[in-house]
Amino acid sequence: MAGITGKDAILTDYANKLARLDAPKGRSLTQDALRRLVRNKAAVVSIVVVVLIVLVAFIGPYFVPWGYSQVDWSAIRKPPDFDKGHFFGTDQNGRDMLARVLQGTQMSLIVAAVATVVSVAIGVVYGAVAGYFGGRVDAVMMRIVDIMYALPYILFVIILVVMFGRNPVLLFVGIGAIEWLTMARIVRGQTLSLKEKEFVEAARAGGAGPFTIILRHIVPNLTGPVVIYATLTIPEIIIAESFLSYLGLGVQEPQTSLGTLISFGAPVAEVLPWMLLAPAGVLVTLLLCLTYIGDGLRDALDPKDR
Amino acid sequence: MLAYAFRRVLSAIPIALIAVTVCFFILRLAPGGPFDGERALPPNVLANLRAHYNLDQPLVTQYFIYVWRLLHGDLGPSMVIEGFSVSRLIAIGFPFTLTLALTAFVIATAVGLLAGMIAAVNQNKWPDYVLVLGVMVGVIIPNFLMAALLQLWFGVYLKWFPAGGWVNGSWMHLVLPVTVLAWPHAGRISRLMRGSMIEVLGTNYVRTARSKGLGERLVLARHAIKPALIPVVSYLGPGLSYLLTGSLAVEQIFGLPGIGKYFVTAALNRDYGIVLGTTILYMFIILALNLIVDLVYAWLDPKVRYR
Repeated sequence: MAGITGKDAILTDYANKLARLDAPKGRSLTQDALRRLVRNKAAVVSIVVVVLIVLVAFIGPYFVPWGYSQVDWSAIRKPPDFDKGHFFGTDQNGRDMLARVLQGTQMSLIVAAVATVVSVAIGVVYGAVAGYFGGRVDAVMMRIVDIMYALPYILFVIILVVMFGRNPVLLFVGIGAIEWLTMARIVRGQTLSLKEKEFVEAARAGGAGPFTIILRHIVPNLTGPVVIYATLTIPEIIIAESFLSYLGLGVQEPQTSLGTLISFGAPVAEVLPWMLLAPAGVLVTLLLCLTYIGDGLRDALDPKDR
Repeated sequence: MLAYAFRRVLSAIPIALIAVTVCFFILRLAPGGPFDGERALPPNVLANLRAHYNLDQPLVTQYFIYVWRLLHGDLGPSMVIEGFSVSRLIAIGFPFTLTLALTAFVIATAVGLLAGMIAAVNQNKWPDYVLVLGVMVGVIIPNFLMAALLQLWFGVYLKWFPAGGWVNGSWMHLVLPVTVLAWPHAGRISRLMRGSMIEVLGTNYVRTARSKGLGERLVLARHAIKPALIPVVSYLGPGLSYLLTGSLAVEQIFGLPGIGKYFVTAALNRDYGIVLGTTILYMFIILALNLIVDLVYAWLDPKVRYR
């Protein structure tokens, strides 16, 4: 071929390489974040432990010889007994503690998941709308958040739960409906800077309506902070649920949650220590791991914020 | 500065009013009432009771009666405990709650600041690791579990402190509740202090102070501590309101005679007067604390005033 210079040869070579797919690949932001997360040993171990806890809580009950509300009349208030299959002992009613702890963990996890979804959904939409529209809308919406912050939150949950009955669904929604405030603030702050970016201007020039812009263009860009904050919300929700259950306002018998188990275990811990230690151990492990995961995600997704 | 303070105070008033309104209607819209006992009351008695507490009037009228009374500083009567007003209940319970929360606040802030400073100066050495561990324990373990564990260990096994209850004037009874309350707060404070202190120790003016030959102690005392305190100050307000609400739970667990004991019972009995009165009291305290923090901040940082 005539006219091929040295430069052309290099370019052709590179084009061929690209075609054979062995060109040096760029790394996306997600890949970068994943690499940083994997390098964080505490976070990785925590993820493994949380996955294990979730699996055991949901699959374990099928392998435990006793049901969580089944009474074994021959073993009341007995310490762990491997022959009979009471691996964590039994409570005052002769119910197997292992089965009850598994059920309680399940319940706490479900509450955490549902309440987190509720709080993320409300917080993201609210914050994005307030931030995007700005001006008077923003001022009014954020004033409302300020007012809700001023309400003593735990009193508020107690009032909600007491007044509207002890329905587990309501418990989920009630806790979630209160934890969205900080999320809304964070999302609003991010939206304020995002809406000045060129891609939003391009979308607007292309004729997209405000809600299309919010849902299609702004919300996807909020993933990082939302994921981080949601992970940090989960332990708070688990603590809130356990606390309500501890006061006797949460999950009702024969179902149980980690908080309920602790509240029954605490007064008798002197004579029946296994009734406190088993649920307390699971709760603390879960909270510790979730906190490490949240911190790990924050370091991975937002390295400048360390 | 004065204009800013005036504006902030003015803007807090509508917030307080709206919050009172929200509390009032949420409480009233819920099903059930204070007189739904185990045994149904005779209809004429019930009607008289309802008339006595204005419950027979339209909700909006009740609301205006309540706000009118509130503006006169009257929180109304308790609807379940005979001849007992909410103000009297607060007068009995609140001083105790306040003492508990303030003791915990002072101790926790002092310990937290000191621990944060020590950890920052000894970054990545053993005092730092000990602190991180202590903070983790305090922040992770929920207060009711911490209370149960401390009661069991120090109250039952070692018998150092009473595990619960209250004898007038005995500080021994306060040790465990205050520890439970103070630990997480101290943890958060020390984490903030450590972070900001490390940042300050890396700044140019600290390097200048060191390079002109100041001893390490003087560098810390004269140049590093003050700027490092700023982020901590902003947490003190929310921290105190957190301790005040947290003390409700701790009182319940340790059987202490503060407001917390009455609040949960009152909510269960739908004693509108007490629940609303306590909630409003807390709300005003939190609003006031936020206001004070804002003002202190404006005083520290003039940029805030001209927004």
